[in-house]
Amino acid sequence: MSYRISDWKIIWVLGVGYSGFRLIREALRGHRGWGPAWRSPEPKARYDALIVGGGGHGLATAYYLAKNHGLTNIAVLEKGWIGGGNTGRNTTVIRSNYYYPESAALYDFSLKLYENLAQELNYNVMISQRGMITLAHSRHDLEGAHRWVGAMNANGVETRMLSVAEIKRRIPALDVSPTARYPVWGGFMQKRAGTGRHDAIAWGYARAADRLGVDIIQNCEVTGIDRGPDGAVTGVQTTRGAIATSKIGLAVSGRSTALAEMAGFRLPITTYALQAFVTEPLKPCLDVVVLSLSTGTYLSQSDKGGLVIGGGFDLYPSYAQRGNLPAARRVLAAVADQYPGFGRVRLLRQWAGAVDVVHDSSPILGTSPVEGLYLNCGWGTGGFKAIPVGGTTLAHHMATGRPHAVAAPFSLERFSTGALIDEAAASGIPH
Amino acid sequence: MSGRRLDQGGQVDRSQPLSFTFEGRAYTGFVGDTLASALLANGVSVVGRSFKLHRPRGLFAAGSDEPNALVQLETGARTEPNLKATEIELYEGLSARAVNCWPSARFDLGAVNGLADRFFPAGFYYKTFMWPDWHLYEWAIRRAAGLGKAPKDADPDRYDMRFAHCDVLVVGGGPAGLAAARAAASGGARVMLVEQDAALGGRLNWDAAAIDGTDGLAWTDKVLEELDAAEEAQVLTRTTAIGYFDHNLIGLVERVSDHVEQADSDKPRQRFWQVRAGQVILATGVEERPIVFPGNDRPGVMMASAVRRYLNQYGVAAGQSAVIFANNDEAYLTADTLHAAGVEVAAIVDTRVSVSPDVLAAMSTRAVPIYSEVQITATRGRKALSSVLVSGAQVDEWIDCDLLAVSGGFNPRLQLFRQSGGKPDYDEAKAMFVPDLSVQAETSVGGAAGELGLGEALTVAHEAGVAAVAESGYRAADLVAPVADSRAPQLTPFWRVDEGKGKAFVDFQNDVTVEDIALSARENFVSVEHLKRYTTLGMAPDQGKTSGVTGLAILGELTGRSVAETGATADRFPFVPTALGTLAGQARGELFRPIKRMAAHEVHEELGAVFEEYGGWARPAYYPEPGESGWDAEQREALCVRQAAGLFDGSPLGKIEVVGPDAGTFLDRIYANRLSNLKPGRLRYGLMLNELGVVIDDGVAACLGENHFMVGTTGAGADTIAAWLEEWHQTEWPELDIVIAPMTQQWGVLTLSGPRARDILDAVGVEADISAEAFPHMRFIETNVAGVPARIFRVSFTGELSYEVNVPARRMPDMWRAFMTAGQPFGLSSVGLDAWMVLRTEKGYLHVGADTDGATVPDDIGWARVMKKQSDFIGRRSLTQPENLRTDRYQLVGLETVGSNAMLPVGAHLFMGGADGGSEGYVTSSGFSPTLQHGVALAMVKGGRARMGQVFEVRMDKALHRARIVDPCFYDPSGDRLND
Amino acid sequence: MLRITCPYCGPRDELEFRCGGEAHIVRPGPPETVSDEDWGAYLFQRQNPVGAHHERWVHEGGCRQWFHLVRDTRTHEVIAVYKMDEPKPEVPE
Repeated sequence: MSYRISDWKIIWVLGVGYSGFRLIREALRGHRGWGPAWRSPEPKARYDALIVGGGGHGLATAYYLAKNHGLTNIAVLEKGWIGGGNTGRNTTVIRSNYYYPESAALYDFSLKLYENLAQELNYNVMISQRGMITLAHSRHDLEGAHRWVGAMNANGVETRMLSVAEIKRRIPALDVSPTARYPVWGGFMQKRAGTGRHDAIAWGYARAADRLGVDIIQNCEVTGIDRGPDGAVTGVQTTRGAIATSKIGLAVSGRSTALAEMAGFRLPITTYALQAFVTEPLKPCLDVVVLSLSTGTYLSQSDKGGLVIGGGFDLYPSYAQRGNLPAARRVLAAVADQYPGFGRVRLLRQWAGAVDVVHDSSPILGTSPVEGLYLNCGWGTGGFKAIPVGGTTLAHHMATGRPHAVAAPFSLERFSTGALIDEAAASGIPH
Repeated sequence: MSGRRLDQGGQVDRSQPLSFTFEGRAYTGFVGDTLASALLANGVSVVGRSFKLHRPRGLFAAGSDEPNALVQLETGARTEPNLKATEIELYEGLSARAVNCWPSARFDLGAVNGLADRFFPAGFYYKTFMWPDWHLYEWAIRRAAGLGKAPKDADPDRYDMRFAHCDVLVVGGGPAGLAAARAAASGGARVMLVEQDAALGGRLNWDAAAIDGTDGLAWTDKVLEELDAAEEAQVLTRTTAIGYFDHNLIGLVERVSDHVEQADSDKPRQRFWQVRAGQVILATGVEERPIVFPGNDRPGVMMASAVRRYLNQYGVAAGQSAVIFANNDEAYLTADTLHAAGVEVAAIVDTRVSVSPDVLAAMSTRAVPIYSEVQITATRGRKALSSVLVSGAQVDEWIDCDLLAVSGGFNPRLQLFRQSGGKPDYDEAKAMFVPDLSVQAETSVGGAAGELGLGEALTVAHEAGVAAVAESGYRAADLVAPVADSRAPQLTPFWRVDEGKGKAFVDFQNDVTVEDIALSARENFVSVEHLKRYTTLGMAPDQGKTSGVTGLAILGELTGRSVAETGATADRFPFVPTALGTLAGQARGELFRPIKRMAAHEVHEELGAVFEEYGGWARPAYYPEPGESGWDAEQREALCVRQAAGLFDGSPLGKIEVVGPDAGTFLDRIYANRLSNLKPGRLRYGLMLNELGVVIDDGVAACLGENHFMVGTTGAGADTIAAWLEEWHQTEWPELDIVIAPMTQQWGVLTLSGPRARDILDAVGVEADISAEAFPHMRFIETNVAGVPARIFRVSFTGELSYEVNVPARRMPDMWRAFMTAGQPFGLSSVGLDAWMVLRTEKGYLHVGADTDGATVPDDIGWARVMKKQSDFIGRRSLTQPENLRTDRYQLVGLETVGSNAMLPVGAHLFMGGADGGSEGYVTSSGFSPTLQHGVALAMVKGGRARMGQVFEVRMDKALHRARIVDPCFYDPSGDRLND
Repeated sequence: MLRITCPYCGPRDELEFRCGGEAHIVRPGPPETVSDEDWGAYLFQRQNPVGAHHERWVHEGGCRQWFHLVRDTRTHEVIAVYKMDEPKPEVPE
């Protein structure tokens, strides 16, 4: 990595940006000098473009529209508070260990942006590339892991097989004995994978977009999408009045179907509850992200010390944003079984998000059947890691009218051509 | 603070001392103590350190709301991190340490953090540690963070799980809960009452009150007797309701053995209950909330109710000289209680302008100075409180004290109500959030409903109990509601002291101060969720029990909004932290997703089989002879099948009978190829697709008779395909007159394969004529084998003469032995899956799930011919979608190693012109053929069938091979041996 | 955990059931008359309503019968249960 900071940027960072220097200076003045991280403006009557959804994807889209394409007369409309949907409800894992070249290109583009995001946004989003280990629990898993590693390396995403001994060294708490219910046969590791601080990513994009002139409008729910005689969008109705525009980007995980319905079309999406869990804070006992293929359980330890646990989504459609007990017990029992010392560790909190699941578990990016309305949806359980690329590609499409190269394979058309990009099909790895 | 045990009073048994250690020092307590009360009785003032600044902290509360006294209980495999000392019942020999401090809570090197506290405001880490990279700083932050330590060894304890159903579940065994349960149980309904503490009575254990003219605890005992006498009533103490789930399912944790030194071996440590209740009555009481003021975290500052509880329940005075700081009438109850126990009350500091005369009247006999309209603006004392500064219009006075009892009002415990989906509302008059809209079948009573007057609470709770059972069709007995004094403490909201110097903590556990909230507001983090996430307010193990409402009220004040406008954050399962092992219950080890065993499992064990899990079954991988490796055994077994014969247990293969006039029509729709024209006694290989055209299973279907078929599936597909057939029949084609009967586990399958198979079957004894002429390949007969009724399918997965002999599953052990005995002269060997896979790979036979994946359509495996079929079948339309017509799709081919006889690794990718050119395909199956003495492999290759003869690089890790694309069948391509 | 009333067995815990997704989807055919778009819509497009959802479930751990439910996707309240051959009930939006 190399950093090129021009003189004006040093002055900006030390003076009004965020830095250790400024923190000390403000501390000596009682922290009275910190201004709002973003403004709370009144909505204007018209914008050049609107982004519906103030989560990570929506805020990132606004930021990249302003920064990469110079579009600053734009607004993000958020029904509640920014980052309050799935951006603030996930297990914070970032990775690009995908099988298909299309997925690898998309998610690795995202990971690369994440790697420099703190510098770019001048906000510590706490990208921690501590690595992710995927465990194989049977011969079939292990053969699959070899196939995956070969494919990923061929895709330019570096991963490496690990022996059982290496896994035991990296994850001392894991039961790797042959008598375990899910014995460990091996696994693979992506070193560049890790975690990020989910709230900070929303806030960092919001602050950076705000600085570029983007209006972030919270507590503003879109209740209708207006279309002109030619069918193209002309604006939106909101709980804070009508707003005119000719371009709308939808980044509303958990609400995509409802917004599409307002615009008069349907999507290949079903919405489910996805649960996540955190234990009480513990002294460091796990320094990688671990995914067990057979139980579909994710585990990592946050900087605060809690074990952050994720699993598959609940098995019936739901917008309730709360998980059910059988799914919770399945996931937590897997952790207690695979990490025998963690049985006495206590669950602190469970929460859930509403995730938009598509049959092939890949996103839908690009144009919609309605002129002027662009899609960023269907990320299923894996949207967090894709925030930078989701924002970049939606901004690119809205600004230029053409799909970004890495987003092109993920168009809505694939559901009638059959060109699905189904990572699960290639392995059964949940995501 | 210098706590001490009183000579009398409380419920501890002074005749039964218990010794324990804290931070390595020995102390004594009594039966009936909690670790917290025993520490307080021993004068221990510093019980822990705060999370961020490592400030010394003393006990603040007496229940699950305790924010400071977090301990690591015991050591070794039974160690448990982050327990609240207030929740640990003392037992002989208990040992505990404070968490997150070194070397001890009294003297902690981490306290240097406190010196630089001004550099650690809320969210400071978002503004720095960016250059060059967060990861550079992270390790240090991680080491500083975290509280207790996770156990390193396997949890030796056992956990239990139970389901229960009841008409009424009452949560909380305080006076309101008891009144509700008593009324509900009186009519014979099934009632469960759960109480998180060891004793029923709730607040009656520390605040004396008369009910029905008698002492509150005597009344409690009487109600307990009544509940014990009611046949359908059940009382669970030491049981916490932790979750309120859909459709009135409540999760309970019963602490069965935590409070005893040595658990009975037949008892679990904890038991998780899932209770489905007709009606739920929430009698969870209130949580007292503090007033926030500068210097409020000094050891010796305590919740007023906790002071009374330590005194009256445990016989422990929390100090020698007390000041009371409150905005409500209970200040005077606290003063009375302390005074009665001989603790000096130096002052009552009341933030209110006036107090009702009858409250003061009760105080008139006490010589306690009362200050009105004043605040505490500072405190002194190094590791224990020594004095407080009382400030007001007329007063500015330091008062010496070692105990400050604080009360800022009361918050109904709404956690379960909100988990149920209920919506609370802010009651301005009572200055508290109270339950408003119910979503599920529940009612809140007593303190949980915001009712602080005991008499009124009892009346309402009694009526709620009567009404709840009426919903289940029961009539409560004609009981009179319990009677008690109805006065409720008066209160004037007061959240924080806005003057004075020193840090004013809102969330003790996470060191969140008023300044942090102000900073959060200044930076526009004004939604409560933003406040919570930016400052970490309420995110600690106490889940904001003492800080949540206060924090948002302060945010409201700072942003010019009312408490109601500011709103509240969500409450999440679990109400109190719960061990993962408890939630798992018995589902650990063998009982965590149990593995199925085949009927002849024990025979395979006797034969020395090494088992592996395949598709949920424990199956023999190979049968090593002494000195043999797995590889040796596999090669020997595979060779034996080619040269003599092998016996393979094929029992997990799916066997689903489809019977009825429309069976043929149904199967034509299910299979991609035609089945309806199959004649009785004949077999046909078939391919099943899903609606996307993807191959999901294959197998041999048999026509057992007129309108009677048997669908054979892979082992992994046995259950899913049976469910799949049912789904299509019931939901799409209910008009078809068929019955689907999964028979997989009714029949065991002895698969006898090899050139001597017929000789061996004859030797075992078979009634039917099994000559090649009478019983050719792909036929079925029903006969007796060794006197046992059997169905024999002549079908082969090895390329050799094979019989799949189906016998009733329970006969499998005998039959396996009989076959082995009869086969011995012919050289028969048991054969495991490893050899079986080598044999089928030699033949190029497809293994669905290994050679195919979730994207494979029939043409990819050479089955384009299904499109010639006239009628529709599942997945047909998908096969003509553009993507499935591409010629560069992955196609199944054989791979022959070039330049060596090496075995190619499964999962290796194929390249042309170096690894940078992109993958052209991958190896799906591979083995070393002992017959051919070279590797045999199958692969999926882009446009593979058109690339016969091309040579690829096969790479995996550092290994590099060269291989040529060939026909998938390596052995006996003419199939002569098969038809023998 | 949901409590679902199987029309054949009565009320049981969610653990005994499996959700089969949206109900009343009409399978188009014969295949040669169906466009790629219509086939894609049949395979993938779902109503996914915020509110009353007509869906099918199977009592897998019991009688293995499929049946229909109307369930509110916001609250998980079960509004109606009906057998496969019974008409779709009218429910308020």
